[in-house]
Amino acid sequence: MAKYTIKRLGMAFITLLFVACLTFLLMNSIPGSPWLSDKNPPQATIDALNEKYGLDKPVAVQLGKYLKNLAQGDMGVSLKMQKNRPVIEIIKDMFPVSAKIGFFAILWAIVVGVPLGCIAAYNRGKWVDSFLRIICTIGISMPSFVVASLLLTTFAGTNEALRLFPTIFDAKLGVNTYILPCFALGLYPMCYTARQARSSMLDALGQDYIKTARAKGLKNPSIIFKHALRNALIPVITYLGPQVAFTFCGGFVVEKVFSVPGLGRYFIQSISNRDYPVIMGTTVFLAAFIILMNFLVDVLYKVVDPRINLAEGGK
Amino acid sequence: MKNANDKKLLEVKDLKVSFFTPAGEVKAVGGITYDLDYGEVMGIVGESGSGKSVEAYSIMGLLQSPGKVVGGSIMFEGENVLNYDKNKMNDFRGKKVAMIFQNPMTCLNPVYTVGNQLTEALRAHHKDISAADAKKKAMEMLELVGINNVEKRMTQYPHEFSGGMRQRVMIAMGLICSPKLLIADEPTTALDVTIQAQILELMKDLQKKTGMGIIFITHNLGVVAEICDKVSVMYAGRIVEQGLVSDIFYNPSHPYTVGLLQSMPRVDAEEYERLIPIEGTPVDMLNPPEGCPFAPRCSQCMQICLKKLPPYVEIEDGHKSACWLRVQENMKCKEEQANG
Repeated sequence: MAKYTIKRLGMAFITLLFVACLTFLLMNSIPGSPWLSDKNPPQATIDALNEKYGLDKPVAVQLGKYLKNLAQGDMGVSLKMQKNRPVIEIIKDMFPVSAKIGFFAILWAIVVGVPLGCIAAYNRGKWVDSFLRIICTIGISMPSFVVASLLLTTFAGTNEALRLFPTIFDAKLGVNTYILPCFALGLYPMCYTARQARSSMLDALGQDYIKTARAKGLKNPSIIFKHALRNALIPVITYLGPQVAFTFCGGFVVEKVFSVPGLGRYFIQSISNRDYPVIMGTTVFLAAFIILMNFLVDVLYKVVDPRINLAEGGK
Repeated sequence: MKNANDKKLLEVKDLKVSFFTPAGEVKAVGGITYDLDYGEVMGIVGESGSGKSVEAYSIMGLLQSPGKVVGGSIMFEGENVLNYDKNKMNDFRGKKVAMIFQNPMTCLNPVYTVGNQLTEALRAHHKDISAADAKKKAMEMLELVGINNVEKRMTQYPHEFSGGMRQRVMIAMGLICSPKLLIADEPTTALDVTIQAQILELMKDLQKKTGMGIIFITHNLGVVAEICDKVSVMYAGRIVEQGLVSDIFYNPSHPYTVGLLQSMPRVDAEEYERLIPIEGTPVDMLNPPEGCPFAPRCSQCMQICLKKLPPYVEIEDGHKSACWLRVQENMKCKEEQANG
């Protein structure tokens, strides 16, 4: 296990390096500069700023310097959006907001999605199954801006009777303000999880050991949730791992619609503002998070299925 | 092991099972009748698709949609199993009747330890047994089926067992609640020959120890000779011949049984003896022929065979066969007797 962890750490390091380099090069290949704005500053000012922040150097040199700083835990300072504020501090500020919404979104996606998938699989072909399939197809195919906007106009719009939730996110308002964003953010993963759970449950329910379990005289809940579900979890976990990272780092659209001051929204804004260090910081952070989740997923495989041997690279 | 009031352990009467497929009704089991005494071992022999497994599954209530019992009765100790509701069926399965399956490699759940699965079988029917007692009983069962080092084996997963060992575990699991009947659905088919012999030996041994009845489903007549008291030969969803093992082997009276015996290699054969296969292919169960289902493949087929299903003829006590040849012989016999 220790050897495996070291190997994975090494691979994670290389992946991160690759992500950082690629993002840095791509980011610099788009035209524009952080200093451009409505005021159109004189060329002399731009040159001076470029020199101050090292943007006048060749890209390769800039990249080398960035990587060196990154290795020491320094992600640079914001160039524009929160001028001169360290990127790490910005992430520390915004990530918890996104993560809190993301946590509840994923929580409801799992708690509702997995049982729904099991129910659909057990009632395959019956009306329950068809009904759930329709719901899930809608949930998967509706873009999040539609879901979020619909929710916003319905439950936080002009209709007084239905206006149960605040229009603009404000952490001080407590539970109420979280409900709509969490629901909107979790709907897609919920539906996807349900569908994934359904298909892998169908597979598991057709296995011989289910026949054995029935022949033993076990009752349905025990057959479904003990014998079939655990075997059906692997594909679900595989999907949920990276999804947790994405959801925790904030859904850009949902955060935008509900005006959540989260990382996702900030990340997109940083791109349009060419705030290079913020782009780099958020990307590297998200990449590291996904790598961590993938590692956790692999460890979870082992917990769920004892046949999986991590040290020997798979089954 | 005879019961005092002389009830049979299992009486199956005119059992009919059909599968309702989009292409039409498939009569997988078309009315079979047999009974089994306490402690008796019956073999059900037949080729693939003859309905032998379907018949066994319907006793356990394990038929999956679109399969359905459409007629007849299954009396277990005088109670009709087909009338059981869901709860009673769950109580019946595993406790009174246990079943072991063909492929031990896939029949144990790969993600739970063998100990977990064994004790679960016990606790499903004995709610108030303590964890320690359940574990003790499970270890006893493992020892009984010839597994060593049980303490460690209990904590291992199925993939750490060989095929033969897994079938032993399946047997231990089936017998943990001391059922009165064990249905073994081709339990040795997936195992190699030496292991087959061991498992058969074990089952014979356990049958003697526990006095349970066994229904042994197989397509291997050699296995039947080894373990069974009596045999039902199935063809196309019907029992074509039924009798004691000695009747079937030394006095087969249905051409299909004869064919099965001729196509089986024998140790006591003359030096150079060809095996004779049964010509033709099994019946298309969607469109079964009128008359005797075996008629198209039968070398002694007569006009009547193609038109009417043959009735059962009792050849000796407990030995019956469904073949027009025997019907005619029987009639001749009676005529001769009448004529003096």
